[in-house]
Amino acid sequence: MKARVTVTLKTGVLDPQGKAIEGALRSLGIAGVDGVRQGKVFEIDLATSDAAQAQSLLADACEKLLANTVVENYRIELV
Amino acid sequence: MRAAVLLFPGLNREGDAMRALEQVSGAKTTLVWHAEHDLPAGTDLVVVPGGFSYGDYLRCGAIAGRANIMHAVRAHAARGGLVLGICNGFQILCESGLLPGVLMRNSNLKFICRMQHLRVERNDTAFTNGYAARQVIEVCVAHGEGNYTADPETLRALEGEGRVAFRYCDSAGKVGGDANCNGSMNDIAGVYSAGMNVLGMMPHPENLIEAIMGGTDGRGLFESLANARQAA
Repeated sequence: MKARVTVTLKTGVLDPQGKAIEGALRSLGIAGVDGVRQGKVFEIDLATSDAAQAQSLLADACEKLLANTVVENYRIELV
Repeated sequence: MRAAVLLFPGLNREGDAMRALEQVSGAKTTLVWHAEHDLPAGTDLVVVPGGFSYGDYLRCGAIAGRANIMHAVRAHAARGGLVLGICNGFQILCESGLLPGVLMRNSNLKFICRMQHLRVERNDTAFTNGYAARQVIEVCVAHGEGNYTADPETLRALEGEGRVAFRYCDSAGKVGGDANCNGSMNDIAGVYSAGMNVLGMMPHPENLIEAIMGGTDGRGLFESLANARQAA
């Protein structure tokens, strides 16, 4: 079973990298971008094929390492 | 005083930290590899030095903050033992849960390497008793992720409990504005744990202990640690 974990900054946390990317898009003439927030994607191979078990171990992985929950949210997708 | 200096792959300031501890604090130092489970017997102070542990992969300090030795460091801190984290060491202490908050990318997106003034917020701690309260000192900063960030509740607690150790300021001691080199909330350059026995700071006092290096304002911190040990 495969999973995708997406880690993004919480709303309200300043993201200077996202701001810089937004500026770069504007300077490339790509119009209509109102905002950019940068995050991370983890593609994970799992030994289990049990969805509930996968959710539980990935939540554990996110809380313990993949996300810093002071400033980041995470989203788990089984694919 | 016995000081354990932690070593993770990618750190590079451990020699500077040991030199300052030996020369200024008169400490016996031991380098402790991250995979160890125990600190040397009789350790008074744990120092987590600066550098780029694990290449800053994932987040600065994230992987080091979960290493074996950090369980022993947490136990040492819980017993009231002293812990000092400098630069990457501060990031590691935040990621390990020993200190609140997180160090984000500098607001100007640049790696900053320069001399920097700090205001010593209080001088009744094991780390700052050798300074005067509100003394302005000049040390150096060298980091890309020093932008101290915490939720409003944590910030209120830090301020209310007097747990801000140092703030970025100008040579006259005025905080804020251009003196804040990295965008840190409340101009925070260093914070204490609730028990005041754990200090994390982005600037490098260990590099300003000899006049030939451009100043000696970092000596106060290492003298303070020696004073604290004598008083204990």
